[in-house]
Amino acid sequence: MALITGVSIWMIPLFICIILIAATWRKVPAYEAFVTGGKEGAQMALSLLPFLVGMIVSISILRSSGALDAAVGLIAPLLSFVGMPSEVLPLALIRPISGTAALGMTTELIHNYGPDSFIGRLAATMQGATDTTLYILTVYFGAVGIKRMKYALKVGLLADLIGIIASIIIVTWAFG
Amino acid sequence: MVNIIWAVMAIIGIVYAAATGRMEAVNKAVFESANDAVALCIGLVSVLVFWLGMMRVAEEAGLLRGLARLFRPLIVRLFPDVPADHPAIGYILSNITANLFGLGNAATPMGIKAMKELKKLSGSDTASRSMITFMAMNTAGLTLIPTTVIAIRMKYDSAAPTEIVGTTLCATVVSLVGALLLDRLFYNLDRKKAKK
Repeated sequence: MALITGVSIWMIPLFICIILIAATWRKVPAYEAFVTGGKEGAQMALSLLPFLVGMIVSISILRSSGALDAAVGLIAPLLSFVGMPSEVLPLALIRPISGTAALGMTTELIHNYGPDSFIGRLAATMQGATDTTLYILTVYFGAVGIKRMKYALKVGLLADLIGIIASIIIVTWAFG
Repeated sequence: MVNIIWAVMAIIGIVYAAATGRMEAVNKAVFESANDAVALCIGLVSVLVFWLGMMRVAEEAGLLRGLARLFRPLIVRLFPDVPADHPAIGYILSNITANLFGLGNAATPMGIKAMKELKKLSGSDTASRSMITFMAMNTAGLTLIPTTVIAIRMKYDSAAPTEIVGTTLCATVVSLVGALLLDRLFYNLDRKKAKK
């Protein structure tokens, strides 16, 4: 437990240090490269804006109407049996389908329950633990004209399920 | 699919609010949450600019290439149908290292090039074994540092925004190993079925 949280705190500063040492060693124009990459980051944040507004508004409507809580209340006994807080179920379901929708839900959960709550940490871990299976398969297979995916979708979705279960176990274990 | 989910969430919310008399809360939520979303995006700018900037430095310093060399023996073993010196292996490595560093924009074109090479090898419009293995690795979402999530946690005043890096890495490695094992399993099942 101390190991995982320790790694988390040390990893980023160490990573930055290694990158900068390597760049200086190889005489790469580090600052110029940083600025070029940073511009891309600014564009990315801006292009996320409409996705986030759309998804967060839609989820907020569902939540503020009380419909989400009612639905969650119905399935809660079933999920608490396996130790999964029912609040994260919608996120688990949408994660393989849409990356931006999942990001919106993660944000909403963190905002609602607090980033350092169990649900907030679990949502953050789930968001990072898997990728948008459906989107990836569509883009890659689509780009090269593959018509029959065979068992690729099965593998992707089952791996997502494994990722979600792993997130629950690991977050429970690390933060209890 | 997403279109339907998105619309249905809002429709159910509004209909439910009409039935339970909570329209005022919904009305308020529409404008407040739109505002929140914009504020969040502005909060994301700082982290994304910094991180993609750093990653660009890492790329130009040759760290991605170095990492690709490190992973090469492993990747060659994971793709037994691809000759070790085939260009597909190079693209697969670039795609995976870019993903590791959270460079989605760089990873996707490399991945598509890898798929094109794999298609040349199989020469059919049915997914080949190597393609599915490659997709399994991609959908597992292996990332060293989940930048966006950290940014969101910062935005909502987490005491330690990066404390989920360790848990995320553990979970993502588990799902990667799971994906590769499932890939093997389904490949063998598929081959058995084909023999019959």
